[in-house]
Amino acid sequence: MTAAELIAFAAFEGGVYSQAFPAFGVERRGAPVQAFVRFSDEKIRLRSQVYEPDYIIVQDPTLIGDVDVFKGMTAGGIAIVNTEKPDFDARVPEGVKVYAVDATTIALEELGVPITNTTLMGAFAAATGEIKLEALEHALRSRFSGSMADKNVRAAERAYNLVGGAL
Amino acid sequence: MLEFMEGSHAVAEIVKRCRPQVIAAYPITPQTHIVEDLAQMVANCELDAEYITVESEFSALSACLGASAAGSRVYSATTSQGLALMFEVCFNAAGMRQPIVMTIANRSLGAPLSIWNDQQDSISLRDSGWLQFYAEDNQEAADLHMIAYKVCEDHDILLPAFVCFDGFILSHTYEPVALPTQEEVDAYLPAFNPYQRLDAEAPLSFGMYATPEYYTEFRYEIDQAQYRAKEAFVKAGREFGEQFGRDYSALVEGYRLDDADTALVAMGSICGTAKDAVDEMRDAGKKVGLLNIRMFRPFPAPEIADALKGVSTVAVLDKNISLGSGGAVGTEVKAALSGSNQAVYDYIIALGGRDVRKRDIAAVVDLAEKGKGDMFYGLRTEVL
Repeated sequence: MTAAELIAFAAFEGGVYSQAFPAFGVERRGAPVQAFVRFSDEKIRLRSQVYEPDYIIVQDPTLIGDVDVFKGMTAGGIAIVNTEKPDFDARVPEGVKVYAVDATTIALEELGVPITNTTLMGAFAAATGEIKLEALEHALRSRFSGSMADKNVRAAERAYNLVGGAL
Repeated sequence: MLEFMEGSHAVAEIVKRCRPQVIAAYPITPQTHIVEDLAQMVANCELDAEYITVESEFSALSACLGASAAGSRVYSATTSQGLALMFEVCFNAAGMRQPIVMTIANRSLGAPLSIWNDQQDSISLRDSGWLQFYAEDNQEAADLHMIAYKVCEDHDILLPAFVCFDGFILSHTYEPVALPTQEEVDAYLPAFNPYQRLDAEAPLSFGMYATPEYYTEFRYEIDQAQYRAKEAFVKAGREFGEQFGRDYSALVEGYRLDDADTALVAMGSICGTAKDAVDEMRDAGKKVGLLNIRMFRPFPAPEIADALKGVSTVAVLDKNISLGSGGAVGTEVKAALSGSNQAVYDYIIALGGRDVRKRDIAAVVDLAEKGKGDMFYGLRTEVL
C-alpha cells in the first residue's frame, strides 16, 4: 500500500488527479496484498478495484505461479517485477513488456532493509514515464525526512537509472 | 488548494478545525485512523480538546452525551458493531436534543463477521432521531462535518448527526482533498452556543422520564425538528457554497437526469462508480441518469419525487437489507413515488465489501428495464 500511495502522490504532485487504495482489510506488511492506483486528467469517481491494469508492479516474485499476477493485462502493458532471476517462469500476456529489477538487493544496499517500495517506484517512473524524477523525489522527501529521505531517493534513483538505461 | 491524503486523515483534519472541545471514541476498523489522528493532534497540543479514552463504544457516546449536555462541542466516530453497541445512547442523545456529530465509517454488521463496507450500520439506526448524511467522496466527507455541526447546533434543530462515509472505499483511499484553513472554518462555523447546559448554579435534568401524557409530544417535537433540518441543511449548504465554492444546498443530487428514462438511486461512494457507468451508457445511447441521496434522515421524499418525475423506471441500489422486507432506501423511495405510475425496483448490492464495477451498474439498469428487480444483485447461487 505504501508504494501505491507514494506513486499516486508523486503523480498528483506531477499535476494529475490520482487515487490509491488497498485491497481492503488485509494490508499487513509481509502478507500477500494488492493495492491499486489510478491516474487521470479529470477528477476520479470510479471506486471499483482495477481489473485491467495498464501497469503492474510485483513486489514479491514468489507469488508468481501461485497468483496470476498478469491477469487482465493486454498488449502495451508494462510490468515491473522485483526479482533476482530475470528468467522467472511466468505466462506473460503477449505484448506486455516486463522489466525485471532486483529491488531487494538495491533496497538492502541503500536502506539496509528489504523494503522495496521506493526502489520499485523509481523503476516504475522510468519504465512508464508516468512520473517525472523530480516529482518522485519531492514525494519521497515529503514522506521521509533527514537521512531516510536521502537513502530512499538514492534507492529510487538507482532503479530509475537502471531501468532507464534498459529502455 | 488540493492536497493528497487518506480519507480518514481528511476527516480528522476537518474535525480538528471544527474545534470540538471533547472527543470520546473507541477504535474499531475501519474508523481507527480518524481517532488515531485526533488523539495525536490532542497529544501534540494542535487541538485544544479533552480526549477521553473509554473502554467501549457505549461509554464513548455516553461521555459525549454528558459533555454535550454540559455545554461542549463534542465529536465521536465509530462503525458497525461499535455503533450497534451505542444503540441505546443514540436514542438518548436524540431524545435529549444534544447536537453531537459522529462520523460513521460505514461497515457491515455480523454475524458472520465482516470488516468490509456496506451501509447496514447507520441505516439500522434510521429510527433513532439522528440526522444522516452520506458522502460520495472524501471531499464531501470532510465538508459535510462542517455543515453537520452548523445544522445540529441550530437552536431550531438541536439534533445529533451521523456523517457517513464508506469504510475502506473512502476511509482508506488516498485522493486529492481541499481543506479549508482554520480561519475559513471559524468564519463558517461559529463557536458552540448551547441552547441550555448543565449548571450546578441553575440545575436542570436531561432525559427524565415522561408519562403517557407527555411522551408522544416529545417524540412529535423530535420528528418536527427532523423536518426542519431539511431547510437548515439547504441554508447551511448554500452558505458553504458561497464561502468555499462547493454547493451542498441540494438534499438530493441529480446526475444526467434530464430526459432520462431510467434513473438509478444510490447513496455514498457507489454514486461515483455509477456516474462513470451512466456516462458510458449515455455514450451508448441509453437515456440513464442517477439520483444521489445525500441526506437519508430526514428522508427527502418530496425532493426525490420531484427529481424523478420525468423517469419511467427507477432502480434503487441498496447497500443494506432490512431482512424480511427489502432494502431500506428502496422501501422509502417506493413510498415517496407511491401514486405515480413509475416502476420502482430495489437491488441489494455491495454487501460486506463486494466490489461493484461499472458493468454491474449497467446490468442493474438492464434488469430494471426488463422489469426484473426487488432482488439481491449478483447472488452466487453456486455457494448457496
